[in-house]
Amino acid sequence: METSAYAIELKGISKAFGPVQANRDINIAVPRGTIHGIIGENGAGKSTLMSILYGFYRADSGQILINGTPTAIPDSQSAIRAGIGMVFQHFKLVQNFTVLENVVLGAEDGPMLNTSLAKARKSLTDLSREYELDVDPDALIEDLSVGHQQRVEILKALYRQADILILDEPTGVLTPAEADHLFRILKGLKAQGKTIILITHKLREIMETTDNVSVMRRGTMVGTVKTAESSPEELAELMVGRKVLLAVDKAPAQPGDVVLSVQDLRVRDEAGVERLKGVSLEIRAGEILGIAGVAGNGQSELMEALGGMIRASGNVTLKGSPLPLQGPECNGQSRREAGVAHVPEDRHHHGLILDFTAWENVAFGYFNDPKYQKNALLMDNAALRADTARKMETFDVRPPIPGLAAKNFSGGNQQKIVVAREFEQDPDLLLVGQPTRGVDIGAIEFIHKQLIALRDAGKAVLLVSVELDEILSLSDRIAVMFDGQIMGTRERAATDEKELGLMMAGITGKGEAA
Amino acid sequence: MDYATLLQVLDATLRLATPLMLACIAGLYSERAGIFDIGLEGKMLAAAMCAGAVAALTGSAWLGLLAGVGGSLIFALIHGVTSITFRGNQLISGVALNFLAAGLTVLMAQSLFGQGGRTPPLNGEARFQPITLPFAETLQSVPVIGPFYEEVISGHSVLVYAAFAVVGLTWFVLYRTRFGLRLRAVGENPAAVDTAGISVKGLRYGAVLITGVLCGLAGAYMATALQAGFGKDMTAGRGYIALAALIFAKWRPVAAMWTCLLFGFFQALANRPDVVEAVVQFKVPVPFLTALPYILTVLALAGFVGRAIPPRAGGEPYVKER
Repeated sequence: METSAYAIELKGISKAFGPVQANRDINIAVPRGTIHGIIGENGAGKSTLMSILYGFYRADSGQILINGTPTAIPDSQSAIRAGIGMVFQHFKLVQNFTVLENVVLGAEDGPMLNTSLAKARKSLTDLSREYELDVDPDALIEDLSVGHQQRVEILKALYRQADILILDEPTGVLTPAEADHLFRILKGLKAQGKTIILITHKLREIMETTDNVSVMRRGTMVGTVKTAESSPEELAELMVGRKVLLAVDKAPAQPGDVVLSVQDLRVRDEAGVERLKGVSLEIRAGEILGIAGVAGNGQSELMEALGGMIRASGNVTLKGSPLPLQGPECNGQSRREAGVAHVPEDRHHHGLILDFTAWENVAFGYFNDPKYQKNALLMDNAALRADTARKMETFDVRPPIPGLAAKNFSGGNQQKIVVAREFEQDPDLLLVGQPTRGVDIGAIEFIHKQLIALRDAGKAVLLVSVELDEILSLSDRIAVMFDGQIMGTRERAATDEKELGLMMAGITGKGEAA
Repeated sequence: MDYATLLQVLDATLRLATPLMLACIAGLYSERAGIFDIGLEGKMLAAAMCAGAVAALTGSAWLGLLAGVGGSLIFALIHGVTSITFRGNQLISGVALNFLAAGLTVLMAQSLFGQGGRTPPLNGEARFQPITLPFAETLQSVPVIGPFYEEVISGHSVLVYAAFAVVGLTWFVLYRTRFGLRLRAVGENPAAVDTAGISVKGLRYGAVLITGVLCGLAGAYMATALQAGFGKDMTAGRGYIALAALIFAKWRPVAAMWTCLLFGFFQALANRPDVVEAVVQFKVPVPFLTALPYILTVLALAGFVGRAIPPRAGGEPYVKER
């Protein structure tokens, strides 16, 4: 049966979780030695399908053929035996183990470790030479960059002799340069005859790297096309089921007076390490300043310091009056009273209480607002519910039920609840962190439009996102952060992805390292 | 303090450190696998009662030991089922088992023997007897080392030596074997183990059962070697001291041994306030000596002896997710 042209064929795969049909009669055939993209919105069933392929879930019905042979995959062990390797979006690595130990885990040669480790060390050297996958076998995972951790995941799969490699949203955490390196590795693997399945929501990556692409929507397979014969617009339309505006439509900015002025902002973390090393910036009314950078270079600290969540030093003024950076006056409540709205980067930890209802969540940060008070003692919950219902309608939150717990909304709709709460307060300054993380294309389009509308209404917007595309399409000016500092600020029209990518890696426009 | 007194205290240290060491290593397996076990105390108590009862009934310390391990295993299994299979709260399960053991052991001892919740005093074969190591007699004349060997090293029951063997074995298992690698991994990141195709539940059950066996040894030692029979609450918080030692030792076997020896030394001193008074020239309250292990652990947790980082997945039931 080795003659089959397909590395993987899935026939009629269905899977339901309770009443939710996650996969419905999925058929897909992946030719051997190709890079096959799978795209779809959040909740389209991509991850479920791949989890079935990797033995995490069992399909309710359907058949899996590996190299033409029907194969049962009841657990991950069988998937590994069938030659399938998986690189998860959130790496499955043991942080305080060495690279070597992580690679060997589960693929040991015998009950004693020494022989396994010695063998792994040797084949790791070979693998890294062959595929540009160099990592220090004795380094601890927690000391490695995300890009290197991902290489360890790939090495793990290759060490287990995987012929089929599945990568789930592999570039979400990488710099553009790291992503390019990853795609070089993938192309090298393909040249060696490996089959690669790439799950992503980034159309550009699909267009650049894949041979074929399958599109999923609401648990069904909408279609498989040859990448070369398709276009991003066509794929987006297939994903969402209607025409989608990929480019953000916006008029040139009309910047007014300076709203936010930040001088020499410094933040130390609990361990005393300086995370913000003297950041200075200005935002005017009616403009969006985008902060680009790889996650963890101080963007979060900048947002949290401006939002009053953490202590900082320096000078920050909003419309000329200073914002407290220390002491009891420095908190989210007083910031909101001063006219700063904040869509936090991590909506689950800072934006919402998942077990609370939508209307309770809408009150957060604003529950002292006079319009929500019945009298001196009691809150006016009815007014709050009515207000929530109105906001849900304006922001197209589905389902529009104020009494539903936040956790029961999809990621995109949760984000819309947060966005609705903050946008509707008519702030002078809007801090927006990762507004579309984990949000599907339809909702992204909507949130982007709302951001532009706020800008046009004369608000100052500070946008932090790890998605460079998002920064590029929304911002009027772009500042790049690296290692707690601003590497430089560019007018949107005067820069491009390449220059920003270099700055994100700590190299300034003039070529010298910082 | 003269040399002879020091040797006496050290001898007592070894005897008192043994149950701590066994219980501490027991906890190490469970906690390294990501299952917090506050129920060491309860398991020791159950084992002590079973061992005391069976040794009294059969007259064999070894059968008592076997029964002790069995009793402890039952408690370990309950903890495993609640926290692994049913993903219950591990602290609550542990606390509940401690309460259950405290009551049940006395009840059973009372209904079996009717001696006020104790088992009958053991003697002869029903108790583990001290073993005199070779050359203990002949070396006695050698200055300093001879008496040390004879008094401190030699003359303990087999379980004392077993405890030290368990420490060495555990170090080897943990750092030199496949099982150890997987065990450490499952306590840090069970998802990594799961995706590598290894059963998280299997590993955790294995670890919890090892914990059961070792707690069984610790409890049986209490009833059939350190003392002669089971008595109400005879473990007297040793399970918690072992837990404290585990934290103090940062979940490492050899460090755990030294910590238990130190805590055992404190217990030995608490038994000899006269010696302490003679050394420090003023009266130290016995409760202070008894509390020393806990004080040290609080200091350790406050970060005075470096950071004690527990296994990262500890206390959290593993739920498979995408």
